[in-house]
Amino acid sequence: MEWASWSEFWSMGGYGLYVWGSYGATLLAILIEVMFMQRTSKDTRRRLKRMQQWDLSSSGEAQ
Amino acid sequence: MNLYTFSSPVNFYHLSGKLIPWFTGLAILFTAVGLYISFFVAPTDFQQGEAYRIIFIHVPAAWMSMFIYLVMAFWGAIGLAFNTRMSFMMARALAPTGALFTFLALWTGAWWGKPMWGAWWVWDARLTSELILLFLYVGIIALWAAIDDVKRGDRAGALLTLIGAINIPIIYFSVKWWNTLHQGASINLMKAPTMAKTMLIGMLVMAFAAWFYTLAVAFMRVRGIILERERQSEWVKAILEKD
Repeated sequence: MEWASWSEFWSMGGYGLYVWGSYGATLLAILIEVMFMQRTSKDTRRRLKRMQQWDLSSSGEAQ
Repeated sequence: MNLYTFSSPVNFYHLSGKLIPWFTGLAILFTAVGLYISFFVAPTDFQQGEAYRIIFIHVPAAWMSMFIYLVMAFWGAIGLAFNTRMSFMMARALAPTGALFTFLALWTGAWWGKPMWGAWWVWDARLTSELILLFLYVGIIALWAAIDDVKRGDRAGALLTLIGAINIPIIYFSVKWWNTLHQGASINLMKAPTMAKTMLIGMLVMAFAAWFYTLAVAFMRVRGIILERERQSEWVKAILEKD
């Protein structure tokens, strides 16, 4: 174990701002990408489903 | 069944669905182990103190930014040569994650450069060529978005990706070719590693985490693209009906 205490861990030998600024941004970027992607794929499926239902109902009327 | 089985969108859709949970699990596992090594096993650097711990995300992010681009260029070339549908879809699915890692390489580099060099940014060959890589990713994504015709967009994007690939060796060798503030390659296959073994292992474990993360998100993204493009086929209609 490297660290004598948690406060020593968070301060990173005086470089806390830079270390946590890097790791924090990485965590944030990954969260944003995953959330954004899940929303996009859900929207895509919903949109395609709507298009499909619309196709079905319009072909039904044509008969 | 052979290798070509998975070049068909329907087969790849089902295969990727099965693989995603494994890649996600492996990404989480490797991240957990990698972070533990990064903060609790790897020793303090004798020159840079604790600030060097940024290396455990900076180097894997920089590797991925170049590696993903090469994979995109590979799929672009295959797509242009053989007109295979899945290749173009894979290229499109990879690009946002490549751009993300490029941004992170630049960002973590800035937050490492500030305490070590005294500057967030310098117009040096390594940093500038990596910034150009970010512009390439953004340009390729914008090009796809601007061309409505899917096939034309695919080909134009692939062409731009291939032309931009010249930038990858420039990034990689920039620290050798030009005088630079940036330190040399972290790993050299020709020489014994100069860094502590635990530092090296931490970096590699984090690189594997980034790799599995990329596979997981790219496969999730490609599934949406497959549904979109194959929406007229019976199997997609059957899937959507179950939604």
